[in-house]
Amino acid sequence: MAEEYKSIKEEIHLPYKWALGPVFTKFFENFKEKKIMGTKCPKCHRVLIPARRFCPRCFVDTDEWVQVSNEGTVRTWSLVNFEYSGQVKKPPYVQGLIDLDGADTALAHFIGGIDLSDLEKVPEQVKIGMRVKARWKENREGNILDIEYFEPKEEL
Amino acid sequence: MSRKVGIIGVGQTKHGRRDDVNYIDLVYDAVRAAMEDVKISPGDIDAVVSGSMPPPMEGINAPHLYWSDAMGAFGKPSMRIATCGSTGMSIAQSAYYHVASGLFDVVLAVGAEKMLENDPQGTMTTVADPFFQRPFIAGAPGVFSMQSIQYSHRYGLPEERVRMAAAQISVDHHTNALDNPYAHIRIKITVDDVLKSRIISYPTRLLDVCPSSDGACALVFACEEKAKKIAESPDEIAWVKGVGYAGDEHFFGDSDKVVWESAIKASQEAYKMAGIQNPLKDLDVAEIYNPFTYQELIYYECFGFCGKGEACKLVEDGAVLRGGELPCDPSGGTLCTNPIGATGLLRVGEAALQVSGRADKRQVPGARTALSHAMGGSDQFNGIMILGSDKMEV
Repeated sequence: MAEEYKSIKEEIHLPYKWALGPVFTKFFENFKEKKIMGTKCPKCHRVLIPARRFCPRCFVDTDEWVQVSNEGTVRTWSLVNFEYSGQVKKPPYVQGLIDLDGADTALAHFIGGIDLSDLEKVPEQVKIGMRVKARWKENREGNILDIEYFEPKEEL
Repeated sequence: MSRKVGIIGVGQTKHGRRDDVNYIDLVYDAVRAAMEDVKISPGDIDAVVSGSMPPPMEGINAPHLYWSDAMGAFGKPSMRIATCGSTGMSIAQSAYYHVASGLFDVVLAVGAEKMLENDPQGTMTTVADPFFQRPFIAGAPGVFSMQSIQYSHRYGLPEERVRMAAAQISVDHHTNALDNPYAHIRIKITVDDVLKSRIISYPTRLLDVCPSSDGACALVFACEEKAKKIAESPDEIAWVKGVGYAGDEHFFGDSDKVVWESAIKASQEAYKMAGIQNPLKDLDVAEIYNPFTYQELIYYECFGFCGKGEACKLVEDGAVLRGGELPCDPSGGTLCTNPIGATGLLRVGEAALQVSGRADKRQVPGARTALSHAMGGSDQFNGIMILGSDKMEV
């Protein structure tokens, strides 16, 4: 029945150029030195990652840059096993929220260094509370993908 | 003081893959159905509120302009509202504000989506900011799955127990959808089918996830005087008893999604307005926006149906399933039908049908008070509308 009606196929490609502004620019500039810096709210004293110009809860300007650790704990994670347009990484892969030491908000990123040969066994390797550290790219361009992924850290 | 507002007309299309209609005709079908439901024409409508997902979903920017003819909006105020998943609830609440304010007597609320004309997860990923989150969030499943894993961990619940409760919800809602002629996914499934379906985004499996759907919904909101004049019987009016809406920050890592403040605040605001003290007892039915089974567990707790970490027990006891104390999603819910821009409005519409006793095979016997809910933004907004009937005990 439905096959009697036709559809028209089309694609839309539009160029964008997104201004980073001073705070996001500085946040990514620090990546070149493998440094992750947050901004601190003078009112609630939270260190915000990603760095922000203002605290979204207190609605006041942040007034201090604070370096946080390249290491942290996994707040939560999930295993992505489906494809979509514009996807940066070929699935399957693990992504998660990382609470970096010294920060009060979590950063979204990939979690790498995981054996993905049997997806049912991934939950045995990735856990909430697991310690991870940033693995930096050799050539850093000043964007979020300068961190290749966070990888499990060997505990001493 | 705001005016009393009732929902008098409910219209929806058959949802699913709708390659047989274009976007305009889909909207027209839902609007016609709502108007025919209460035998009114565009001349009886004072204003139109409509919405859908971000326009890249269909490749039509400002779709309310494109839909205006199909909504009978000629010569009327018309506005577009878009809050992603919660769009339908935002539309419903806006229509309510229009009428409650006293400025408009009869308002048409319209939500529609043709998700299958695009790559919906590709579009949804662009909802996230381009600098920090977009590469990682992996559409809706990636985000909601993170929330699910966090839920089990928070209360130290064995993974198997949570998986089983989620699977029971899936079976219950799929069974309900068989009674809903408008539903998209109408298949008989077992708990085993859910547990063994393939991983989409761990821990979420194929049968834990809603489909992408094409579909539309339209509702007619009216002030008390007009509602009583237009409706065939006062029993067919679903009165808006309470509304609540709240949002989190945009960044996922800024707020907690297990003890989820926006969901808690939205429900408490609505309960206060509706005079609901014990939701499990005071509500007769709930239409919860659950694109993912696991999320439904989080909502039971945030909406006060049970205590923290107790949602699995609520499912195991059958309280929220078919025939239970508070049956949830008798329509099959979002899990079986998700044309996103329409989905929140469908929750409100299904709740209206329930309290007016017009839900046919999916009717919860004697339902008089219903909760409808939608969630949206980037896992960020929650809205609630409580509907009630004035009809005497049946």
